[in-house]
Order: sequence, then structure tokens, then C-alpha cells
Amino acid sequence: MKTVFSMSSSGRMGVSLPALDVPPSAELPEGLERESGSIGLPEVTEGQVMRHFIELSNANYHVDKGMYPLGSCTMKYNPRQNEDIARMPGLAGLHPLSPDAMAQGTLELMHRLSGYLCEITGFEAITLQPAAGAQGEFCGLMLITSYHRDRGEGHRNEVLMPDSAHGTNPATSTLAGCKVIGVSSNDRGEVDPEDLRRKVGPNTAAFMLTNPNTLGLFESKIGELTSIVHEAGGLNYMDGANMNALLGVARPGDMGFDVCHLNLHKTFGTPHGGGGPGSGPVACISDLERYLPDSIVSKDSDGRYFLQKPDRSFGRLLAFHGNVGVLYRAYAYIRTLGADGLCEVTENALINANYLKEKLKGIFELPFDDGPCMHEFVLSGDRQLEKGVKTLDIAKRLLDYGFHAPTIYFPLIVHEAMMIEPTETEGIEDLDSFIAAMESIAREVEEKPHLVTDAPVNTPVLRLDEVAAVKELCIVEPRVEE
Amino acid sequence: MLDEIGVDSFEDLLKPIPDEYMLKGELSLPPALSELELQRDMAVITSRDTGADHICFLGGGAYDHFVPSAIDHILLRSEFFTAYTPYQAEVSQGTLHAIFEYQTMISRLTGMEMANASVYDGATAAAEACLMALRVTRKNRILIAGSMNPRWARVIRTYLDREGFEINEIPFLENGLLDLDAASSLTEGGAAALLVQYPDYFGLIQDIEPMAELIHSAGGLLIAAADPVALPLLRSPGDAGADIVVGEGQSMGLPLSYGGPFAGFMSSKLKYARKMPGRIIGRTVDRAGETGYVLTLQTREQHIRREKATSNICTNQALMALANAVYLSLTGEQGFREISTQCFQKSHYLYSGLIGIEGVEPVFGNTPFFREFTLRFPVSSVEILQKLAEMSILAGLPLQELGEGVMLITATEKRTKEEMDAYINAVASICDVEVSR
Repeated sequence: MKTVFSMSSSGRMGVSLPALDVPPSAELPEGLERESGSIGLPEVTEGQVMRHFIELSNANYHVDKGMYPLGSCTMKYNPRQNEDIARMPGLAGLHPLSPDAMAQGTLELMHRLSGYLCEITGFEAITLQPAAGAQGEFCGLMLITSYHRDRGEGHRNEVLMPDSAHGTNPATSTLAGCKVIGVSSNDRGEVDPEDLRRKVGPNTAAFMLTNPNTLGLFESKIGELTSIVHEAGGLNYMDGANMNALLGVARPGDMGFDVCHLNLHKTFGTPHGGGGPGSGPVACISDLERYLPDSIVSKDSDGRYFLQKPDRSFGRLLAFHGNVGVLYRAYAYIRTLGADGLCEVTENALINANYLKEKLKGIFELPFDDGPCMHEFVLSGDRQLEKGVKTLDIAKRLLDYGFHAPTIYFPLIVHEAMMIEPTETEGIEDLDSFIAAMESIAREVEEKPHLVTDAPVNTPVLRLDEVAAVKELCIVEPRVEE
Repeated sequence: MLDEIGVDSFEDLLKPIPDEYMLKGELSLPPALSELELQRDMAVITSRDTGADHICFLGGGAYDHFVPSAIDHILLRSEFFTAYTPYQAEVSQGTLHAIFEYQTMISRLTGMEMANASVYDGATAAAEACLMALRVTRKNRILIAGSMNPRWARVIRTYLDREGFEINEIPFLENGLLDLDAASSLTEGGAAALLVQYPDYFGLIQDIEPMAELIHSAGGLLIAAADPVALPLLRSPGDAGADIVVGEGQSMGLPLSYGGPFAGFMSSKLKYARKMPGRIIGRTVDRAGETGYVLTLQTREQHIRREKATSNICTNQALMALANAVYLSLTGEQGFREISTQCFQKSHYLYSGLIGIEGVEPVFGNTPFFREFTLRFPVSSVEILQKLAEMSILAGLPLQELGEGVMLITATEKRTKEEMDAYINAVASICDVEVSR
């Protein structure tokens, strides 16, 4: 595909602007002016721009095309009405520094959403500011370290987490100035309470846990785990990436967790946008409320909404109030489903995942098979590896069959891992087609493995050379000298 | 399906959850709404956002620029907005190719050699740039211009709030320009970076080349937080000696949306590529030798390097970066320069009209500025805000820290002569009354 730069021709423009209606009397300071025409932006018409980006779009896989069984990513259908809601003029045209009195609608929506998310998670306070899950994690650890510091325990700088943790958990701990301490999983794929007991101590700041964990298993000893940490003076952080398994069924606030982030772009149906924007609100117990980022939405006795800085706020995460457009979509999602609808989300997510697990476990190895899974499960490609076919090859072959690949090589505790999460919005027909594709690929591995190792072949490009991309780094289009 | 799974009921699937942690009863949420009811509910709510209908002279980090229609038509393509992060490159060429073009446009605009695929917003871009400079130089001190957007400075302080890092603020002079003598003494003993906003929070334009020389001689990097709309007119930060250039992409085709989703851009010299946080798209070839694009240098990232990653960022603002790329394609070399010129000329027209009123004074003398400027009114900013709000005008941002009647005022290419004349006349009549009192 051509680049937009290669279509450029001097004098073309894709936008029409009114003529300047004031006298052009101001002049730039000498020596600081940039030469006209020297940037290197393309010069193309609106028609060319549309054709170019539509052509690019055709090379993308997306939820409206087919299933994304991406474990821990919760790629569900994105309701169209929510796109219109987020584009309503009252929001789109609202400046973030408008006086509170002129932003009562959006502040009310944020206040309501805060209440819903607290109810869903079982917590007392919340910030909607974090822009994504990883920033939510940072926010959570900042709450926790601020809390310890205020109690004269600023030395607590160890964050415990299982070896199955998302990569963001250890990376966030480093960003928050903490040390990562690994905790082992037992043979059932759950955190080993004995190992946790050995690892906690006077320096424990927090225990970070995804529940259900990244194997798709509910931590059955959750109460014991959170108590061990509390007794050692630490706080419990839940990575809410897998909250799709718990809506209306169980709440982190009731399990001994003190803080939890949510991924609105996973659980609450807001689109992933090819990698963002997301939104990662953080809910917490009332003891942590005063440390929340500046500012949170409050309501006065006259029913007016206002922004307020918590008295011991740890600071700010963004220039403004969060990815508000994403908050609008999540609000619409919750309002449309209500309490019953949210329960059904989880019910169907669990049924879909267990159906796939039962159908696929004969074909692929299922390392942790101990009763029902939650919203996802992890297969191993070890059996196929014996035939010289890697999990990466299976993933690429799935693209040929018209499916997106599962999350692969994660969690790290499963060899040749394939982490599968169908979500609730796939129908049985879609699930059966996916099963058929997986069966067919497994047969190919036995009979014609080259079909799998050569995959993909039915995609816009063939398998791409990632090693060459690093070796001969080309991150920007080189300029053509005229 | 339950039969196939081998259970009698859905409740059997919940057995792994200990009974004591099962939610008893139902969540307390309002009843479900149909699509039509939701639309009615939202119409009522958003009607209370009266600020959205006002003529906007507010800036301070978010700006009311014109957004061409074509952008949203592209963002609303399912192929872009319902896609996942492009980890499976062979079926994500659309997103990857578009972001590669975005990286190219940002690099060219800032005068840098590379850019990443975006971060959350301009403030986090500035914070990540500071962390990047600390990694590159292995020093522990950052110098931040006192004329930096205070909200951005708060975010930077939050990100650097851990043992071993130090932040020093460089004061500004009466004319608003950075005190280079003070900066010079602060660089003694070495520093990882000097971070300056270009133009600064008050809209002022200052040559950043002397700052580059200062910090380079102290073994540090110059980080410029640049306003992209000023860059078609102003010498590029790269040309002036910057090593990392960051900024807020909202002005390039994104609606105000009460502050988000926006997109932060980050660009730098190529030699720092491996220290850059976030996703980076690279060009490569497929098995048949055809050109394609992939996520590259992934060993910097959290999903590979875990606690040793350059950042914890995972999700970025890909769709907003796409909007920036479409915006810069539509406006292009000439259109973007014209928009920049109109912001420059219109803000000066408004400025001249206002300082012609008796009692209205510029706070920073005649220091050159771009798109926004700072004035001291002879009345309180509350009075200005209220009187102009009666005419559906959002007059600007009060800067209490600089005095009672001080306001930061912005005029983009969207403001008309008529709107600005109305602003000037209203202020004249408020001040007139004040003078005769």
C-alpha cells in the first residue's frame, strides 16, 4: 500500500478554511520563524485522504468482522448507540476548564457512573481519571504507598504478585518506586498461601492479584490470601482485567481487596480503537479516599456537582479529568443493561468459555483442568510442538481461517500457552465455527504441518519479519530530497 | 450448551467461588433503559452542559479548533475503532500503517528523527520524557521551567514522586521569559534534563536554543513540550537543539470532550529509540518480500521486560493518533500553516483591542506570544467571566496566582472578528463603568 506522503502534490489541500477576517498585522520574532513549506506534511485532497484511509482500514481485522478469542482482553461487541452518546454536542464541545456550573451534565454523569462502579465492585470511593488499566495500577499503588507513608510506614516498598501476573503489574511497581516479590502458584494454578505467608513481612506494601487469575480460575482461597496480607500490614490490590467473570456475581470489595482498577474498554464494552483509548477507573475502601488524584466529582447539599481535590491527594495522572468520552460509553452500557443484564453478561461469558474448553480440551492439552473455568481458560500447544508446530504457527493459521488469534505465550507459567476468552457476545454458531477451525488446524498439524508453519497465507500480507524490523530500524518514512 | 459442558445449571459453573464471597441479592442499579429511553436521558443530562454552547476563549492546555468532518467518518469505521492492539500484524496492517504515518508526521513537525505511537496525553508524555531522560543520562535531577502548564507540572511530579529523583523549578522573569542565569546555576553539578514549554503556558515565545546549550553542557537533554499548532510557524524544536519533543495532540482534530480522550505525542532523536516508552511501529517485509508494518523494539515493553520495562504503558490512544494523522493529511503543509497563521493573527487582534481599553494591561509586557496571552483587568476576573457569560462567551482562564484580575485568553482560528469585537466591547463597557465609579 502506498503512503500518504507518496500521493502528495504541491498545492493540494483536504480542508477549506474561511479567509482571515482580521488585518494580518502581527509579526513573528526574528530568527524564530520556520520556512514555509519545509515541514514535509502531505498535500492531498479530501477525496484522496478518504480513499487512502479506507484502503488501510480494509487491511484490519476487527470485532465487527469476527471473533477475537483474546484471553484477558475481553473483545466483546461495541454497541453502536454508545458511539452516538459519546459524540453528543454537550460533551464534544465542553472545555475541560469550564466553570463547574457550566458542566453540570457531564459532572452528574461522572458522579452517577462513580456510584454504579462502586456498587459493582463493592467499594466506597473511586476516581475516573486513569486513562487505562496500567495507569489505574499506578494510581492504586500510589494510593497504597501514600497510605503507608501517612502512617509512618514509608519503608513499605515491596509489592507481591504471582508468577502468572500481567506484565503491567511488575512494570507498574517499578514506576511506583517499589520492588517486585514473586509468589508461586500451586499445582492447581492458584496462589500458594504458604508461599505468600513466607513472602509477606514488615516491608510489604501491597499484594497484587488478578481474580479470576490469568488461567481463568477463581482463587478459591481468596479470603485466606487477603487476610495474610492484612495481618502483615499490607494492602490488597485487585487487577480488574478479568472483571467480566464477576459482574453481579461477586465483588472484590467483599473479598478483602482494598483497591481495584477496572478496564472500561474490556468489561464495559467500550471499543479498543486499535490500541486505545481505554479507561481505568480505580475504586477503593474509604480509608484510601483522601489520597485519590485531584480531582473527584462531589455533590453539595443543593444537588450541585463540583470538582474537589481530596485533602491528601497524591497528585494528578492526566492534565484533565480522564478519558471522559470513554466514560460516556461505559455509562450508556451500564444503563442499557441494568443489574439483570450485567449478570447475564457474566453468565454467558462463563457458559461460552466452558463450552469452548470442553470441546477443545481433547484436541489440545489443558494443563490446569480442575472443574469449570471462569470467563477464560489456557490451553498448551505442547502436543503440537512435538510435531514441530509452535503455538505462534497455530495462532497465525487461525488468521487464515478468519479468526483472530488467542493471546499466546501468556501466562508465562504455561508452556506454549493459548489463552482463550470468547466473551458473552459470541453466539453458539460462532463458537462452533471456531471449534471447527481449531480441529482442522490440529489435523493439519498431524497431516500437513507445513500448512500451519507457512501460515498465514490468506491475509493482506504474509508472515512479517520482526527480527529484520529491529535490525534495520525504520520508524518513519525517510524524506525525499527535492 | 450446559449439557455439553456437563453441568445442570449456570450456578454449577460458579462452584469455584466460595459461598461466603457470592453476592447475596442483586446489584443496586437503576432499571435498564431501551435505546430510545437512553437517548432521552442523555439529552436531558447534556443540556446541563451549558458551557458547550459558549463561544470559547478558554485554553490552558485544551483548545477549541475546527475539526473537519472527514476525521470522524474515518474514526467511525469498524475496521479502526473495533480493532484490538495490532499484536497480530498480518491482520492489523491498517492500524500499523496509519500509525507509521502518524509517527512520520509528528517527527517532521517537531524536527525529530522518530516518534512513538502515542501516550495518554501531553502531560503524561512530558512525565514519560523526564523518566526517559533519567534513563538515558543516569542522572537524577530534572529542571522544569516555572512557566510550564501547572497541571502538567503536577503530573510530572506525581510520576517522579519516588526516592532518588529531584525536581528543580527554573523561575521566569518579569517579562515571562525563563531566567537563563538562574537556569545556568541550577545546571551546576549536572542534570538529566531541562524541560521547557514552547510556547509556554502563558503563550509566550522564547528561543530555546540557549537552553539547549545550557543543559547539553551539563550532560543533560533538552525536552521541549511543544504546541503542535505553533510549529508550522515557529522554528522546530529539533532545529533549536531539543533531544526529546512531546506535546498534546488534541489541537489536531480532536473534540474538547471535557478533557479526553486526547493523545500525547513523544518524539526524539533516533539514538534514544531503545529508551523510548510505549509502542513503536516499524516497517519490514513479509515472507514474499512485500512491505509491511509491525510493532517493533518490543523488548522495551512491559509484556516482555516486566519490571525492567521502559514504562508500564500498555493501552495508548491509538484511535486519537489516527485522528491526528487524518487531520495532518487533510490540512497538510499549507492548511496547517494557514491555521497556525490565523491563530497567531486573531489572538493578536483580540490582544490589541483589549489593551487599548484604559486599565487593561499585558502582564508580561510586549513579549511575543502565540494564540494565547495574559492580561490584567482593572476588575476581578469573576466579574469579567460573569458579564461575558451573559453574552454566551467563555472569557478565559483566571490565573489567581498572578493576581486578582489576571486572565489567560485564547483565540483560535475558529473565533471571528465579530465575536472578538463583542468581547472587546463588553470589556470596554465593564471597565468604563469601573473608571467612572
